[in-house]
Amino acid sequence: MEGPLAAAFSAAMPAGRPVNVSRRGMFAAAGAGLFLGLAIPGRAPRAQGAPPGAALRHAGKVTAYLRIAPDGKIHLQNPFVEGGQGIDSAVAQIVAEELDAPPADFIVTCAPPGEDFRVMQGGNARFTGGSFSVRSSFAHFRTLGAAARAMLIEAAAERLALPAASLSTEPGRVIHTESGRAIPYGELAMAAAALTPPDNPPLRDPTTYRFIGRPLPRFDVRAKSTGKITYAIDVKVDGMLLAAVVHAPRAGAQPAAVTNEAALRAMPGVHSVHRLPGAVAVVADTWWRAKTAVAQAQIAWQALQGPVMDADFTAETMLGRLKAAAGTHGNTAEEAGDAAVALTTAARVIEAEYDAPYLAHAQMEPPSATARFNADGTLDVWVPNQAPDFFQASAARAAGIEAAKIRIHSPPLGGFFGRHFAYGAANAHPQAILLAKATSRPVKVIWSREEEFARDAYRPLSYATFRAGLDASGDIVAFQAAGYGEGPITRHFGAARLGNPPIDGSIMEGLTGKPYRFATKRVEFIPVPHPPGVNLGFWRSVGHSMNDFFFESFLDEVAAATGRDPYEMRLALVAHSERHKALLNAVAGLSGGWRRGPYDAPDGTRRARGVAMASPFGSEVATIAEVSVSDGEVMVHDLWVAIDPGRVVNPRTIEEQVQSAAAIGLSSALFEEIGFERGEVTTRNFDTYRVLRRDRMPRVRVAIIESGAPMGGVGEPGTPGVPPAVANAVFALTGQRLRSMPFGRTRLSGA
Amino acid sequence: MLELNVNGTVHRVEVEPDTPLLWVLREQLGLTGTKYGCGVAQCGACTVLVDGQATRSCSFPVEAAVGQPITTIEAIETHPVGAKVVEAWVTAQAPQCGYCQSGQVMAATALLATTPKPTPEDVQAAMTNICRCGTYNAVAHAITLAGEQL
Ligand code: FES
Ligand code: FES
Repeated sequence: MEGPLAAAFSAAMPAGRPVNVSRRGMFAAAGAGLFLGLAIPGRAPRAQGAPPGAALRHAGKVTAYLRIAPDGKIHLQNPFVEGGQGIDSAVAQIVAEELDAPPADFIVTCAPPGEDFRVMQGGNARFTGGSFSVRSSFAHFRTLGAAARAMLIEAAAERLALPAASLSTEPGRVIHTESGRAIPYGELAMAAAALTPPDNPPLRDPTTYRFIGRPLPRFDVRAKSTGKITYAIDVKVDGMLLAAVVHAPRAGAQPAAVTNEAALRAMPGVHSVHRLPGAVAVVADTWWRAKTAVAQAQIAWQALQGPVMDADFTAETMLGRLKAAAGTHGNTAEEAGDAAVALTTAARVIEAEYDAPYLAHAQMEPPSATARFNADGTLDVWVPNQAPDFFQASAARAAGIEAAKIRIHSPPLGGFFGRHFAYGAANAHPQAILLAKATSRPVKVIWSREEEFARDAYRPLSYATFRAGLDASGDIVAFQAAGYGEGPITRHFGAARLGNPPIDGSIMEGLTGKPYRFATKRVEFIPVPHPPGVNLGFWRSVGHSMNDFFFESFLDEVAAATGRDPYEMRLALVAHSERHKALLNAVAGLSGGWRRGPYDAPDGTRRARGVAMASPFGSEVATIAEVSVSDGEVMVHDLWVAIDPGRVVNPRTIEEQVQSAAAIGLSSALFEEIGFERGEVTTRNFDTYRVLRRDRMPRVRVAIIESGAPMGGVGEPGTPGVPPAVANAVFALTGQRLRSMPFGRTRLSGA
Repeated sequence: MLELNVNGTVHRVEVEPDTPLLWVLREQLGLTGTKYGCGVAQCGACTVLVDGQATRSCSFPVEAAVGQPITTIEAIETHPVGAKVVEAWVTAQAPQCGYCQSGQVMAATALLATTPKPTPEDVQAAMTNICRCGTYNAVAHAITLAGEQL
């Protein structure tokens, strides 16, 4: 697995510890007669055909992952967390294929922290993000399923006193074809659990797949259509109190006193009032009463401490700082030939600068966390999270107890898009832990939507500069790009983890990794810090979310300046790559053939199309947008997206993820922007932080190309192509070049 | 003490009369299928039926709901139109993270109960719920499927 994100997480994984409060306890409590979770000495099967050293460290730990109940239900612990991307169903689909079991028999939950579930980066990392889940665990789960199947066959062989080789399986049971005897897995599970997992279990021939590659339904759709999913915000613990918080208007200020504390305590249902780092909390018998009281708290804020926000900070201030760094020498992220020399000989130079704002995740479920200290000295924490081990470590710091004494429960997420990593002050669980300690009761903290918008970890405001040197015939002989700023990798993992030379991939990806071949090229990173009081986070498609807009728009500028068609120019620039040519052809075909426009649509509007490419997270994407302009605003009618994720586990899920990713990409292109005034966030709810609604949702058509390349991600790649495809279409229609997101800030001339 | 008729059952709740209906449902009655998203009538995650009308319960004081039948997502499958809506939602596989979907299902039920064959404009006017997962097209498809069954 490649990528700056995975590398950063892998290097930062908390040390693996023996876990006292084990998953085994939880599993044992769940029912009898099963894989009991015996500690089977771990062995590490190799992925078939994988190079030496590519050991699947945890694929032999069948009993840590799987429990087959007597009723045949297959309980699977998933290292990844479900948040709408279909990962529970996808993982079950993979295991079901090799285990030979009906996918519908699976019940999937998010696994607790622990060494056994670090399936990424050679078995050393675990997080849900970077569109890594399926591709990083595909071989692991195939092998695990195959090992479990072999153990069930072995158990049946012992029971029937027959050679294992004479037995086979059909979905959910072991069969002896000769005699017609069959034993359901549920009856064999206990005996199978006591066996040693085989080293290299035979894997199914991919040409005989019945589940992998099929558009199987996701499991949880009915529960989600009837309100039956328990998200973190819905967790109920006996005896719990509810807490509402207000954070300091400007990050860094600390509450010196709550001057009307007695009056607050006298309000209905109020239990107590607390000063927390950078916030005040009211604890009450219900959240609404806590919220009502905390809204009336009169707080003396003083003593700036911790991550501090500048008093005069605005987004424009930050953009000014990035622009001021333009032209300084940066760290080389990519280089081919000598672009500086080639530039001096160019017949013509084209230059442009681009920027994109701070973005909120705006997932629909506001953050919450529930903490309960137990009589035996352990602590339970229910918290939306994409990386349980990191949350266990940070909960340990907040609670002042060993990580091994903390159980992290990871409920399904009401959307995430990068929101739920361990982001320091952007997390609610340290508050819940402090309040549970202070009150000696279980406490659930819920952040109001306003608190969430004010304390999210934002997609960084970003800036890039470009320069293209052209020869007399208009070909690009020199290409220079520079990305500026600080990304969530620098902020949360430290500059020391950026490598040598230091490159923050979360700021640079999308300026780097493009498929185009230029005669000479230099891409550089210029570090510029954001204020500590602005938290920075991973936002759906991370660096690609702004950089593909920057890069693909600039490429369009070059095409326009040289009188070339932007689609044909891209085809020429990827002439060396069959994969990318096929992708461009596919998206053109999907849209009924490339046509730039402008042209008149049957409804009387004047329309045009734009195209863009992106190479995010191991997948390749090409996007075409069709737009018109109405009342100075862009209207996007259609998006056509061709995605090549190499290999496919569930085409239906991929299509849905591309729809979703395209929607958020368009949302960011048109509307989204976090505002600051005097260091305070001004966009505190959906009335001022505008997101895409139904009225602006275009049709989205998706073509999936299974090229057979190594498997890429599917959750995020649909996002970054949308803003540039739209901007390029706007240019084709109006001649106006959009160089700043969101586009809603710019009045477009009619066309 | 207020009396509320929720999903056909009368409940007595001890609560400040200006408490939003949403929080009475979630906290006093334990009906957490109805979701909090924004608290200011922007997102629709909290939509319930009050006397058959789609209502954003985060911005609806509980005292105003007294004496009116309230239907929440927990009873949706006993609602003749709601049951059809749920089936269509499952067929279309509309939800992604699911968090907005209780509200979407309730809004669609209210729409289809009065307008079984809605035009795109009808859907536009009735379905203003925010979905951050961008399921708008799948939801529109599900509404069409449900309408075909009515
Ligand atoms: S929570 Fe009621 S409309 Fe958003
Ligand atoms: S399904 Fe996630 S917000 Fe709508």
